[in-house]
Amino acid sequence: MGRIEWAMWANEQALASGLILVTGGIVAVAAQFKGWPFAAYSIAAGVFVCLLEYPRGKRKKGSTMERCGQKYFTAVVKVFGPVTRNYYVRAILHAALAVPAGFLLSTILGMACLGIASAIYLLAAIRGEEWNPIEQKPQERPQVGGGTIKQPPTMPPPRPPVETRKKQPAEVAGQENPVPVAVEAE
Amino acid sequence: RDKKFYYTRVLLGCCRRTMRKQLDHNLTFHKLVAYAIALFTAVHIIAHLCNFEWYNDSQQAADGSLSSILSDLHQDEESNKWLNPIHSNSTTPAYVTFTTIPGLTGVIITVALILMVTSSMEFIRRSYFEVFWYTHHLFIIYFAGLVIHGIAGLVRGQTAESLNKHNPEHCAQDPTHWGGNNKHSHCEEPEFGSIPAESWQWVLAPILLYVFERVLRFWRSQQRVVVTKVVVHPSKVLELQMHKKGFSMEVGQYIFINSPSVSRLEWHPFTLTSAPEEDFFSVHIRAVGDWTENLIDTFQQQKPKTPRIEVDGPFGTASEDVFQYEVAMLVGAGIGVTPFASVLKSIWYKFQHADQRLKTKKIYFYWLCRDTGAFAWFNDLLASLEQEMEESGKASFLNYRLFLTGWDNSIAGQAAFNFDKDTDVVTGLKQKTSFGRPRWSNEFSAVATAHPRSVVGVFLCGPQALAKSLQKCCHQYSSLDPRKVKFYFNKENF
Repeated sequence: MGRIEWAMWANEQALASGLILVTGGIVAVAAQFKGWPFAAYSIAAGVFVCLLEYPRGKRKKGSTMERCGQKYFTAVVKVFGPVTRNYYVRAILHAALAVPAGFLLSTILGMACLGIASAIYLLAAIRGEEWNPIEQKPQERPQVGGGTIKQPPTMPPPRPPVETRKKQPAEVAGQENPVPVAVEAE
Repeated sequence: RDKKFYYTRVLLGCCRRTMRKQLDHNLTFHKLVAYAIALFTAVHIIAHLCNFEWYNDSQQAADGSLSSILSDLHQDEESNKWLNPIHSNSTTPAYVTFTTIPGLTGVIITVALILMVTSSMEFIRRSYFEVFWYTHHLFIIYFAGLVIHGIAGLVRGQTAESLNKHNPEHCAQDPTHWGGNNKHSHCEEPEFGSIPAESWQWVLAPILLYVFERVLRFWRSQQRVVVTKVVVHPSKVLELQMHKKGFSMEVGQYIFINSPSVSRLEWHPFTLTSAPEEDFFSVHIRAVGDWTENLIDTFQQQKPKTPRIEVDGPFGTASEDVFQYEVAMLVGAGIGVTPFASVLKSIWYKFQHADQRLKTKKIYFYWLCRDTGAFAWFNDLLASLEQEMEESGKASFLNYRLFLTGWDNSIAGQAAFNFDKDTDVVTGLKQKTSFGRPRWSNEFSAVATAHPRSVVGVFLCGPQALAKSLQKCCHQYSSLDPRKVKFYFNKENF
């Protein structure tokens, strides 16, 4: 099991937890359960967790599959630098966010799942993993000649001036006959 | 025989983990069932969240409403006739959840389910299979919890006996006058009983079947495997020839191998590369990850006692259809060429011994790969087949083409330079290597022209995109006239 990056699984778990928090929160707020302000908090916390966890980090080895449209989220998450890069911070953050959700039955499941995600992130942090954004590769210019032409010429070839390039009339194009030729009609 | 558990696997949906290239229908079924479970778990939980909240509200209400009267019924007695499972005025739904069997088991198994789901996401599964595989064994907790989830019988209904003395439609209008010797309404106090737990009835049979299959697989894997020959091929490919009592195989099947000295718990699948006619069975193992590298290392050290090997299998649908066609077009792409080692060897044996079951008279074999490096052993196989066929004077039986899709200018240059040589410069085979991908329209029309009245079977082991183009060509080049050439594309899962 040497090549596992725990952060990848923690990320999936946290994203799921965010959705569960939001769902549990909506149920309690809509049905106006006792203590529904906790549910309102849990909706907000769930949305925040989803936004934070949506952009997948880059794997150390191999290619990473991006989630659909994640580059916009990556741009925002990247801005926070070490706060979002470090997994200890995420572990503590998720643990703290989870606590208030434990006060209401509807959101307890979200709390448990987020707590587990926090634990897995802690494991990832201990193993020295970090969140690195997936960068967009710059567009390569399409190569002419299938890459075999290393230094295509940049100037057009020399051409004679415009006047001499004008098309010659057809009759003069042929050869000059030394002896006059008469066409005999049959 | 393995075939008798085929439908069991389909029914249970997941008695097996699988290789990437096989589209096992049982896996698709398993995933569908899993999505359904996730969806209905969500619905179930939301419904019970509302239930517990409303039970609690009813219990705490003191307004003489129907629900508060119903909640107070039979609360103090020893008899189990109450309706509202919440007996205290000062509790919360969360507390009730964690102090009752259904609540507690519900939370535990839902957490187990969520962990199973998040670790089964395709990304995690493909990159870190062990996380997926070991986490998925939480299903044991899931099913155990599921079976006892309903034992406490908290959801209740009016007993039949009570319905005789208390008609709810009539009596619900005047709840304050229930019971006693009320002559007016004939409404005794209603009594309630549990709806018995039912889940176990649904899951018992599949669980037993699954346990039986795991036990069978374990027993099978304990049978002694003797490694009769070990060959190390170039590009870190290890060939193991083995022997196991009672082992019998068909072409195109695969086995799971475990080597306790490398890892006690991991089982890895490998296609069988030997033919059923041979007196051993073999696999070719390429170094692609920790386990395979460690295994190859262990064998290369050549210790006096060969490391112990456990084998489970063979699995997979046998492809006997290959032998039923007069003309066969076999296409192997990349790693998909492995089952064809078995197929080609088997066809050759049958042909040599004039086996009546073999209807094949001509084989066209197309081998597509980026570079032959890792398949040098397959190369040798083709070379030896080529030689044997020449010696028996049946050189025209097998026609094979190799297509190298990962060529570069230097390889092409070399090929052009050595154009006149007898054997191919890349493979050493008599057939020349082609570069790039085959033009299937040319191939199909050539085969159609050469065999205008035959039924041609097309077999593929390779990517889905290739399957689509081959299927298209089969339709295109099959003649409408039933007496003329017909191509049948076989979607066998090799």
